[in-house]
Amino acid sequence: MRVAIVGVGMHPFGRTPERTGLQQGAYAARRALSDAGVQWQDMQFGYGGSYSSGNADALGNELGLTGAPFTNILNACATGGSSLLAACKEIQSGAADIGIVVGFDKHDRGAFNARPAEYGLGDWYGEAGFMLTTQFFAAKIQKYMHDYGITADTLARVAEKAYRNGALNPNAWRRTPIALEEIKNSQMVNDPLTKYMFCSPAEGGVALVVCREDIAQRYTDQPVFVAAAAMRTRLPGAFEVYGTAVALDTVRNATEQASKAAYEMAGVSPKDIRIAALQDTEAGAEVMHLAENGFCEHGEQEAMLRNGDTEIGGRLPVNTDGGCLANGEPIGASGLRQIHEIVLQLRKQAGPRQVPGNPLTGYTHVYGAPGISAVTILQR
Amino acid sequence: MLRAHKSRAIDAQLFTWPDTNPALLGSRCTACGFHAFPAAASCARCGAVDPASVRLPRRGTLWAWTIQRFMPKEPYRSSETSETFRPYGVGYIELPGALRIESRLTESDPAKLRIGQAMELAVYVHRIEADGTEVMNYAFKPLDVESRQ
Repeated sequence: MRVAIVGVGMHPFGRTPERTGLQQGAYAARRALSDAGVQWQDMQFGYGGSYSSGNADALGNELGLTGAPFTNILNACATGGSSLLAACKEIQSGAADIGIVVGFDKHDRGAFNARPAEYGLGDWYGEAGFMLTTQFFAAKIQKYMHDYGITADTLARVAEKAYRNGALNPNAWRRTPIALEEIKNSQMVNDPLTKYMFCSPAEGGVALVVCREDIAQRYTDQPVFVAAAAMRTRLPGAFEVYGTAVALDTVRNATEQASKAAYEMAGVSPKDIRIAALQDTEAGAEVMHLAENGFCEHGEQEAMLRNGDTEIGGRLPVNTDGGCLANGEPIGASGLRQIHEIVLQLRKQAGPRQVPGNPLTGYTHVYGAPGISAVTILQR
Repeated sequence: MLRAHKSRAIDAQLFTWPDTNPALLGSRCTACGFHAFPAAASCARCGAVDPASVRLPRRGTLWAWTIQRFMPKEPYRSSETSETFRPYGVGYIELPGALRIESRLTESDPAKLRIGQAMELAVYVHRIEADGTEVMNYAFKPLDVESRQ
């Protein structure tokens, strides 16, 4: 049995000094409940998490203490995906009919500064200056450009599209388009990635109301079904973030594993996907993730982006809401933001950024430390 | 005048120190042959315990790289301030017959870094502690730079 998403809600991403991260989660939950026409008290279970804003079950303080089971999930960038995965299993097991998935966060300014011990690494790794996700993504795209002939123009096109799409999204943080040349010539941060090619830690909240497929019509005439939700972790020797070493032989990474599992689970192929949200914490990631998720061969991105294939009106629109680049990354909410966007697009409620035609199948992908990935395939 | 005579490795398990010809220390699983750096207590591939210690090759090639252009927040620990911070190279060095390891690079000029170029281990002073002790870290330097010196 598939699980249906019958309500979605979001607190705008960016900076909201007047609300805590938890309050932004509660705001998103209220909107998702209202979208499904249900009450918080109707929720038979909850799953959710935040990285920096406390335990998600504290939402009960904001929304009402109902006694229902609520499980806190903390799984880095896959927090949202893991929460949805757990909710799907809860429903598929027959334990519950309807429940809520919530993610929220509020991070300090500047790059994340994780502790090496949280990842089983010695203190030396942080002291020596390796504990930065940005370094990994930069080194990976540097090598990718060398191996597959991707140019700096292509990286700039990813960011340029993100801010342009963000300008069409009232929930986005960065809503001002930036010219290609300005992106390319902005301050170099981690070669080959410039300032405007990175997303920033941010704030926001997203919630989903999910239920059994056979009762979805009670809540909405536009249910979106979870055809697949898969999460995978790293294999020994794979090239992943916070890795001290990489094996000499090529090892499939977490994204490639999660993607393959999701296609198999849904019984679809990349050709069936009409819209995608791919982890774009920096511009290079979107380029590489296109291939790692099966949407092209390595190196084809150069032509794809030049042709506008990933634009809202293109063959495979990618990150139509502006992605991480325009929304920033509140870790607990980021993966659920992707799902929120795909649900709106499949319902044809995305307003000025609505993809044309009749999209039936969408795809979401997150990737994070220390080599963890979650993929969903959503169908109308 | 206080002179820094004392030195120690940033982590005693990473490389041989003090040593006139230092080498990085890794491990190799006696059951499946999987290499690890730093040396592991058990194998990340097959789970077998007590892997053999290995001295990793001092020379390799540059596999991937970037330049760290902003000063990291904690847990970064150096003797630098935001005023004295200088960008540093970070790369992955392919060590033949073993594995590719993440390392700082002595070179931070992108024009002088090229994927595939020959690199050699170079231990450097990462920071100086209040009592004058030099804290040493490992890095790799391009071999062509060395030959010009």
